[in-house]
Amino acid sequence: MICMRNDIILSMRNISKTFPGVHALQNVDFTLRKGEIHALMGENGAGKSTLIKVLTGVYPKDSGQVLLNINGSLKEINVRSPQEAQNLGISTVYQEITLCPNLTVAENMFIGRGNYRFVNWRTMKKRTTEILEKLNIPARATQQLGTCSIAVQQMVAIARAVDMECKVLILDEPTSSLDEQEVEKLFSLMRELKARGVGIIFITHFLEQMYEISDRVTVLRNGELVGEYEVRDLPRVQLISKMMGKELEDVSAIEKRKLSDEETGLTPVYEAEGLSSTNCPNAFNFRIARGEVNGFTGLLGSGRSESVRAIFAADKITGGKIRVNGKPAKIRKPKDAMKLGIGYLPEDRKQDGIVEDLSVRENIILALQVLKGFFRPFSRAEAEEFADKYIKLLGIKTASMDTPIKSLSGGNQQKAILARWLLTNPQYLILDEPTRGIDVGTKVEIQKLILKLAEEGVSVTFISSEIQEMLRTCSRLIVMRDRKVVGELKGEEMTQDNIMHMIAGEAVHNE
Amino acid sequence: MNKLWKKLTGSQLVIPLFSLLLIIIFNLFRDIEFFSISIVTNNQGYPVLSGNLISILNGASAIAILSIGMTLITSCCKGQDISVAAMAAIAGSVFVRVLRSSGAITIPVVLVAYLYSCLVAVLFSLFNGILVAVFRIQPMIATLILFSAGRSIAYWINGGATPTISDPILASIGGFIPGIPIPTPIIIMIIFLVLISLVLRFTTLGLYTQVVGINEGTAHLNGINPVLVKLLAFIISGVCVATAGCITVCRIGLINHETLLLDAEMDVILAVAIGGTSLGGGKFNLFGSIIGAHIIQALTVTLYAMKVPSAAVKAYKAVIIIIIVVISSPFVKETVINIFRKAARKRIKNEIPVKAAS
Repeated sequence: MICMRNDIILSMRNISKTFPGVHALQNVDFTLRKGEIHALMGENGAGKSTLIKVLTGVYPKDSGQVLLNINGSLKEINVRSPQEAQNLGISTVYQEITLCPNLTVAENMFIGRGNYRFVNWRTMKKRTTEILEKLNIPARATQQLGTCSIAVQQMVAIARAVDMECKVLILDEPTSSLDEQEVEKLFSLMRELKARGVGIIFITHFLEQMYEISDRVTVLRNGELVGEYEVRDLPRVQLISKMMGKELEDVSAIEKRKLSDEETGLTPVYEAEGLSSTNCPNAFNFRIARGEVNGFTGLLGSGRSESVRAIFAADKITGGKIRVNGKPAKIRKPKDAMKLGIGYLPEDRKQDGIVEDLSVRENIILALQVLKGFFRPFSRAEAEEFADKYIKLLGIKTASMDTPIKSLSGGNQQKAILARWLLTNPQYLILDEPTRGIDVGTKVEIQKLILKLAEEGVSVTFISSEIQEMLRTCSRLIVMRDRKVVGELKGEEMTQDNIMHMIAGEAVHNE
Repeated sequence: MNKLWKKLTGSQLVIPLFSLLLIIIFNLFRDIEFFSISIVTNNQGYPVLSGNLISILNGASAIAILSIGMTLITSCCKGQDISVAAMAAIAGSVFVRVLRSSGAITIPVVLVAYLYSCLVAVLFSLFNGILVAVFRIQPMIATLILFSAGRSIAYWINGGATPTISDPILASIGGFIPGIPIPTPIIIMIIFLVLISLVLRFTTLGLYTQVVGINEGTAHLNGINPVLVKLLAFIISGVCVATAGCITVCRIGLINHETLLLDAEMDVILAVAIGGTSLGGGKFNLFGSIIGAHIIQALTVTLYAMKVPSAAVKAYKAVIIIIIVVISSPFVKETVINIFRKAARKRIKNEIPVKAAS
């Protein structure tokens, strides 16, 4: 590939980084050109986030060179802090929002920038309003950031980076909490920046999005560089196999489980009538048979997460009749649900899932320990046996079972929480976005696991933002719009088109 | 060896143990006599142990017991109870009130008085707990109420008086049980230590407390009731408070609501901090806190042994504590780890050419 030297804005050469027990990066090269969108892809723990953190000075590199185009020539830089990176024109928007939720949007836009001693609140507000309008972000400058939706917060973070006149913009999983329209908005923003000559590093797990917007892609695997490719020359299957490092077991090999009529006819494992909670005010009916995989689908904010939270009694229950295996049951708090063999993997892994500072072992045994009771703690040996079994079974990558879970990559954290619930041997498992923010390989693994569990008789309710995933795994879909159940699809009716129509609802028919 | 070293440096106990070691080494060089323990005859005619080490252990007992409750509260509530010393004054006053109203002082009477003071201390501690756990008031603010009002409440309990109580039974609780050469407060502290170890061993208190302290959302979704866990921490703290109050009353033989364990809450919080528990909550280390309490007391005794005037002791203590806290700060920790890592890498680099040559 021929490329002019002077259109390179960033070049990382032979970057290595070791954490205790793990080679996070080994001799990785990465080159970013002016005005390109360069995707960085790889499985969990492939080293994408580490590479970015080395670039932005969060972690010091062990060896290697980082060259940045400063006034037309490449110069070696040694970034020691994110602040320094920012001053050099390298801005980052991380997967987890790192702004301050209790400050206003305007304050968040300008916090930590420049070296002024006095703040001119009026200009700050005016400038923020301008940017928000220009980028079409539905927020007010004086609004507290925490009161905006996650999607808007994300966009504010991007707007902030954009406003800082950056040469290199790093977007680490920016789309994982956005719905389709918002993604489109973000993409048009990215194209505009690209036209202005900004180099964008785009980290994502969504293949479709990568293909839609990227010019070039660098693939990492296990901390090593696999290669750099032109996106249009790289068929999907090849990309996936490069990421996974093995001949891709065809995704379509996942065979959906079909319930026999006999099974559908049996008493449902879980049945709710008129269930509602403080967060899910519109009562809904729901049932799931033994070994069935069903799902709630709808746009972000349609109430799909709130519905499954109501099933698990994660929010305060305000009404409804529940039957478990045909017997009336009272589920008023999560522990009631757990006792009845229901497990719930929450949407927000960081807020509701992991216990950051505790070890992988403690995180895995948590739910089973609570079920066993306050006065009957597991011995160290028992806990280690459980943890060891599931670390192996799910292939959780961790230095040891005593490692704090926060030092694991997102996908491995997710696996650990999955292990937590599998350990309780549930009869009904609710998985809310288990595949969010993790790589394709693990996504396929998790989908296979869901179907395997169903084969063994576990009922699973599965929610995913990726409709393809749901179509592949679920045998019945409950469609939601505006916090209401608007329909149900099963068997042949389950197509992407039908779902879209249902979500769009009457609006389509009325026209 | 390498594994042991790794385990040791990874543990939260490194800093407290290291600080304690420093104080010991300092005293070794200063005056080896500091460590001498002798057997003397006390004024009741029994042989008892005496020496600086004994007075460190004895003097630290109340702080150490209080630090058990404080550690749990710190871990799950992400804040401290600053009213423990004032509540100890209340508990001590109740103890004295019951003893004085019961005529002859016998062992059962003392036990009943202790139980009463436990009950009262637990109730007051629960008051704090409810403010923190149910009403979600920040611990510092919630406990500020009893911090300022506690000693006034103690004042009312004995009608404004500061009565003395003297009795051989009380003397043996605050001093020595006839025939046993170890001060009783040390024994009580050890009993408490054993009790809390058993509780941690045979319940999931440790896990629950930390989970609540680190991530309440997760605790809720995994069937743990954060409110109950927090209240439990305050209940345990209440018992610790009553015990510390009663020991101190027995030791000095009177109840003075104004001075009983005055300013002890700060020593207790400091003990927790030195012990390696983050004052922001989360992972805790009970034994660290207890070692922390002894570090503070060892400092005080060392300074007195060096004939530092008592008015100046606090200033000296502050300097040394600043040093300990700085050593245990994340910044210093990371720097030290980095230095070690660099050294290790150099070693590897030096080894490789040798292998290649052979």
